[in-house]
Amino acid sequence: MSSVHQGPAQDAIAGQSIPETVENTVNLPGSASPVNQGIDLTRVQAYGDTLGDGQVMLSFSMPLPFGEEAKEAARELCRKMGLQNPQVYHAHDLGEGFTYFTVYASSPYAVDFSKIRVAQVSAARLSKSAIEGLWSQHFSRKLRIIGACTGDDAHTVGIDAILNVKGYNGEKGLEAYKCFEIKNMGAQVTNEVMLAAARDLDADAILVSQIVTQKDCHRTNLAALIDLAEAEGLRAKPLYICGGPRLSHAIALELGFDAGFGGGTLAPDVAGYVVQTLVQRQQQR
Amino acid sequence: MTHSPLICQELPSPPGFSCPALHLDREAVQRARHLASGIADQVQLFTQLRSTVAIERTILRLFGVDGDRDGAPLVNLVVDQLLALGIQHHGIARPFCHALLKTGLMPQALAQAMVDDPTLLVAHANVDVLPAQAQSIGLQLAQAGLARIETQRLERERQISKLGQGQQPLKYVIVASGNIHEDVVQARVAARQGADVIAVIRSTGQSLLDYVPQGETSEGFGGTFATQANFRLMRKALDDVGQELGRYIRLCNYASGLCMPEIAVMGGFERLDMMLNDALYGILFRDINMQRTLCDQRISRRLSALSGLIINTGEDNYLTTADAVDAAHTVVASTLINEALARAAGLKTAQLGLGHAMEIKPDLPDALALELAQAALIRHLFPGAPLKYMPPTKHMTGNVLRGHVQDALFDLVGVMTGQGIQLLGMMTEAMHTPHIHDRYLALESAQMIFSSGRGLGGELAFAPGGMIANRAADVLSQSLVLLEEMAEEGLMVALSRGHFADIARSPQGGRGLAGVFLRSPDYWDPSEDLLTERLVALGHLPAQQATTEAA
Repeated sequence: MSSVHQGPAQDAIAGQSIPETVENTVNLPGSASPVNQGIDLTRVQAYGDTLGDGQVMLSFSMPLPFGEEAKEAARELCRKMGLQNPQVYHAHDLGEGFTYFTVYASSPYAVDFSKIRVAQVSAARLSKSAIEGLWSQHFSRKLRIIGACTGDDAHTVGIDAILNVKGYNGEKGLEAYKCFEIKNMGAQVTNEVMLAAARDLDADAILVSQIVTQKDCHRTNLAALIDLAEAEGLRAKPLYICGGPRLSHAIALELGFDAGFGGGTLAPDVAGYVVQTLVQRQQQR
Repeated sequence: MTHSPLICQELPSPPGFSCPALHLDREAVQRARHLASGIADQVQLFTQLRSTVAIERTILRLFGVDGDRDGAPLVNLVVDQLLALGIQHHGIARPFCHALLKTGLMPQALAQAMVDDPTLLVAHANVDVLPAQAQSIGLQLAQAGLARIETQRLERERQISKLGQGQQPLKYVIVASGNIHEDVVQARVAARQGADVIAVIRSTGQSLLDYVPQGETSEGFGGTFATQANFRLMRKALDDVGQELGRYIRLCNYASGLCMPEIAVMGGFERLDMMLNDALYGILFRDINMQRTLCDQRISRRLSALSGLIINTGEDNYLTTADAVDAAHTVVASTLINEALARAAGLKTAQLGLGHAMEIKPDLPDALALELAQAALIRHLFPGAPLKYMPPTKHMTGNVLRGHVQDALFDLVGVMTGQGIQLLGMMTEAMHTPHIHDRYLALESAQMIFSSGRGLGGELAFAPGGMIANRAADVLSQSLVLLEEMAEEGLMVALSRGHFADIARSPQGGRGLAGVFLRSPDYWDPSEDLLTERLVALGHLPAQQATTEAA
């Protein structure tokens, strides 16, 4: 993964900003068990059943014919990854000169958790009614949102889960919110068409879904949207938001978006971000 | 030409392999089928009067025109000229066959000459009466093209009777590397791990191309372009590995999108064994104009009937956008309509891989019972058809081990309800296109579940009046209500009202409408009657069909 863009103000874990100087031990979010209570957070290893055992599981194939040599090659590959005591639990002859392995090994490496920073959407998680309430306090008009799967991507499952009235996993989509006017443009929309629609509609937010990620085509396509928006003078007004199973807020920022949402995102996550951010922008003006 | 007695050989079903009875309301089933036929008849009336640019290109391909000029297929360049002259209503065959007669060129050379010299087509465009010799050239060329397809059908039947084939449910996996040469390796490995069907997923966006790309492709996104050269490479690889394994390995691709009938003819030439070919999918999910798709599906299905291949319909997709519990009846209604349209085009029961899916949220109480009810309902509605059952995809979470368990439950439902073709789920679904071992793990567990569970369907019974029987009856009656409504308003109006997949499409909207036109009284497609004759001779169409169409 390439470098993550970080703005100090945006750094947050579970809604709290991280202080500039960090203690060796911090309060972990959620309830900590007696075992990891008080562990050294500057040296944290992978965990199997004993603190410090560094246990990891790997699953991979190699273009090598099945046999003892192939198993040794798999172990050697793990050693080159820095793993210790690699054990091939399972090896299977895939044919055509390929072998599949399941390997368990011990990783001696530790990470300094106190220095970990992850760019995350900083908006608080609100319910549908709270989002609508916040909107009604600050706006007298509906917020206009357009969404699409852009480029060649034909998979509308994600954008539909966020936008369609029916929503997903019990959470109604943005169409069901009284604060939004939604235009779902569907699949395989070009960046040009998307931006033209944003201009026509005077959109407040643009939602782009990308499911197909082969050879990183989603990154190229998303970056192209922002380039085009800048060239057309459309970058400042709407919020640019992308989503998909292989996207994150960090990648979104890197690509020039305002926010990004990964797998497991539900409608209120996006709706809450949009309303809270637009309220902030309104107050800054 | 001699004809094998094996016609569209049914998939072998092992002893005891069946689905527990549901005791469906026979009258409701008959009524539903009757309504679906009525809906299909209205569509036939509409489509018989029309042709499309894709159909005209298909005729040229059948004549043997192939290849490209600077990446643009010759068949497109010639048919585009026809369109530019505004004489498409007469069909490409009239001017083309007249030019063949007058120039003495072979079809390929003539197509090239027409591209070089745009005045050539014009010169042959205004012929009032087509000379008998030109007609005879057209009939001979069409005959030769159809014979190529039938030869491949016989070759399939020969290989299957020599090698044998997998047992139901056939294990179907996808390859999608984007590079046909890499796909070949992945496919051969999959065959060795037990796959019976290899589907080469197309590059995303191909369905919206109004031409078929040419040549071997080494880069695609989310899949590999469907080209005749790629078909040929993969066919050869599967024939070789099948020979070695002593099992015929089927090849699947997509006769869908804006080039439905062209890909059907190419698949016939290169002996594809299955084709995704849905009358409604492109309309709903790719926003292809409904007039275009309904015309194209008819011709593509007639050609596929002759090929002897199995079509797969895409109703599983309805449940990726609509709720699998609330919208179960839309899948049933759509499979009935797809079936009626397919039969009208001459496809036999053994060729109907009607699609349905397992997409109920796994955390829902009794989700498995509901899935059993739905799978058993579809099974009992289409006896003898090699139903294609699709895996859970919407509720895959990225927790690959949980996904593997969901797929295992799906495999169990498939084998217990006697499904014909099981599209194996991949634990990494929704994360990446399958890795070589994702496929192996799916095949290994499916093999275990199928071999250990194959006799279950014949042993178990659904409790009368129980959860499963009631759910199936309920879904059937809901689909009947929907079909009544659709029969009244007609398919096109129904599609514009969003009954399927929560998606509404207008008859004038979507892509490809400009390529649809009415046939003028002198419209001529020399393959049309020949194809009908062959389909009648092979028992695909009733004998009276030939005379009706000729009249």
